[in-house]
Amino acid sequence: MKKLGIILNGLVNENPTFVLMLGMCPTLATTTSAINGLGMGAATMFVLICSNLVISLLKNLIPDNVRIPSFIVVIATFVTLLEMIMKAYVPALYESLGLFIPLIVVNCIVLGRAESFASKNGPFDSMLDGLGIGLGFTFALTLLGMVRELLGAGTFFGMTVFPDRYGALIFVLAPGAFITLAYLLAIINKIRKVS
Amino acid sequence: MKKLQSSLTNMVLSLGIIAIAAAALLAWMNRLTEEPIRLAELAKQESAIKEVSPAFTNSPVAEEILTSSADGEQAACYPARDNGRLVGVAVKTVSHNGFNGDIELMVGFTPEGNIYNYSVLKQGETPGLGTRMVDWFKTDKNRQSIVGRDPARDNMTVSKDGGDVDAITSATISSRAFLDAVNHAYGVFRQVSGQLSAAPVAEAAPADTTGVVTNN
Amino acid sequence: MIYIFMFIAAVFVNNIVLSQFLGICPFLGVSKKINTATGMSGAVAFVLTLATIITWIVYTYLLQPYHLEYLQTVSFILVIASLVQLVEIVLKKISPALYQSLGVFLPLISTNCCILGVAILVIQKHYNLLESVVFAFSTAIGFGLALILFAGIREQLSLLKVPKGMQGMPVALLSAGLLALAFMGFSGIVKL
Repeated sequence: MKKLGIILNGLVNENPTFVLMLGMCPTLATTTSAINGLGMGAATMFVLICSNLVISLLKNLIPDNVRIPSFIVVIATFVTLLEMIMKAYVPALYESLGLFIPLIVVNCIVLGRAESFASKNGPFDSMLDGLGIGLGFTFALTLLGMVRELLGAGTFFGMTVFPDRYGALIFVLAPGAFITLAYLLAIINKIRKVS
Repeated sequence: MKKLQSSLTNMVLSLGIIAIAAAALLAWMNRLTEEPIRLAELAKQESAIKEVSPAFTNSPVAEEILTSSADGEQAACYPARDNGRLVGVAVKTVSHNGFNGDIELMVGFTPEGNIYNYSVLKQGETPGLGTRMVDWFKTDKNRQSIVGRDPARDNMTVSKDGGDVDAITSATISSRAFLDAVNHAYGVFRQVSGQLSAAPVAEAAPADTTGVVTNN
Repeated sequence: MIYIFMFIAAVFVNNIVLSQFLGICPFLGVSKKINTATGMSGAVAFVLTLATIITWIVYTYLLQPYHLEYLQTVSFILVIASLVQLVEIVLKKISPALYQSLGVFLPLISTNCCILGVAILVIQKHYNLLESVVFAFSTAIGFGLALILFAGIREQLSLLKVPKGMQGMPVALLSAGLLALAFMGFSGIVKL
C-alpha cells in the first residue's frame, strides 16, 4: 500500500469518527472549543503513533493469547507518559481535558488499530497508520469543536466573532454535542453518498 | 520471523517483561517530570497572585501562611510586599456550595481590607450562567462589582438575601457560593492581618516561613 | 442520608452517559433493542462495582503508600481487563445460559470508558470505600437507565419514516441529544 495512501486512508476512508464511529466518548466530551478538540486529537495521535510503532516492533514476540493485555500495557504506558509531559509543559490544556487523557487508554480507536493494523504490518507503515488515523481524529474533533464553539459562544479558537449573548448556549453543553455530531454526520454522509 | 508460541512460559515471560519495562520507563519519566510539574504548579499560583495584587517585589508563595478553621476549612494567604512594605494579601479559599461542585478563588485584599481584585481558580458551574462569575463581579455595572469594596462596610451577599451585591442573572446559587468564598477569604484576611504587620520585613533570601495558624 | 443523595446525583443529575460522556460507545452501539440494552446494563453494573472496589483497594494499599501513583492508569486498566476475563471464565462455568446471552458484551466491557472513568473518578473525589461502592453502583444504574431509555426510543425510531440523510446514526444521535436535554432538567436537585 502506498505510504501516502496509508495516511489518507486514516484521514478519509477510515476516518475514525465519521466512518468507523469509534472513540465517541472524547469526541463528544472534549469538543467544547476548537482548541480543546485540537489538543485532544493531538494527544490521541501521539499515543496512536507510539503504540502502533512499539506494538508493530514487538508483534512477533507477543504470544497470541496475551496479545490484548500486552497491547493494553503498552498503550497505558504511553498514555501515562503523555499525562506526565502534559502536566509539566501544558498544564492549562491538561486541566481542560481532565479525565479524558487517561481515558485514551480505553479509546476503542487505539486498541482497534493495534489489533487490526499494527499487529499485522511493519513498524514504519504502522507509524503512518497511526499518523493518518490520528490526523483523521484530530480533524473530526477540531471541526466539531469549531462548530460548537462558534455557535455556542461566538468565538473561533478563542477570538470573538460575535458577542456571546447571541450564541446558542446549548451547543457548548452536553445535548449540543450529540446534536452537532448528528448534523455533521448527516452532512458528511450526504457528501460521501452513503445510503 | 514466526510468531512466538502461546505456551504458558512464553505468555508469562512476554507479558512480564513488557510490564516490567513499562514500569521502569514510567518510573524514570516520573522522576524526570517531577520538577517541571512542581514548577508549573508554582507558576500557576504565582500568576494568580499577581493578578489579584498590586505590584510586588517579594515572592508571596515563599511566605505562604496556611490557616484552618473550626470546620476544617483550609485557606492559604500570600502576602505581597513592595520592598518590604506590605501592599496586599492574596487569599486562596474554597466554597463547597457551588451549583456543580467546589469553587476555588484567589481574592486579593489591600492592607486596609478593601478587595483589590479576584481570580477564579477552579469552578464547574453552568457555562454561560455560573461561569460568568469570572468577570461579572469585576464589571463596573450597577452593584455587581466587588472590586474596591470593603467587606467590613458593605454586606457581601446577594441583594436577594438583603446584601449589597447584584447576583449573576439566573445564577443565584453560583453567585451565593462565590460571595461565600469571598467572605470566607475576608475572614481569613482579618485573622492573619494582625501578624502580617505593615512594618517592613527584611528581604534577604525568601525564608521558608510557612506557619500553620489554627483558629478555634 | 448522603448515600441517597449520591445515588440521585449519579443516576439523574450527573448521569454518566448523558452529562459526563462516559460509556458512549456501548450507548450508541448496543442500544438497538431493549433486550440487549438490559443485558449490557446488567453486565456493566456487575463489572463496574466490582472493578471499583478492587482498583480502590489497589490504589489505597498499594500505589499510595509506595508513591507509585503514576502507575494508576496502567494498573487500573490491567485490573479491569483481568476482571472481565475472570468474569467471563466464571460465568461460563457457573451459568452457561447467562454467559450465552451476555456473550459478546463481556469483552466489550473492558474498553468501556465508564469503568476506567469511574475508577479514576472515585480516587479524584477522595471517596472512601463505601462511598466508592455506592457511587459505582449508582453510576451503573444511571448507565442502565440511559441505555434502556435510549433503546426504547430507538426501537420506536426504527418504525418511523426518517429523512434519508439522517437515517441510522444521525437521527440516533439527535435523539440522544434530546434525551440529554431532558436530563438537564434534573440539574440542581442535589448538590454534591
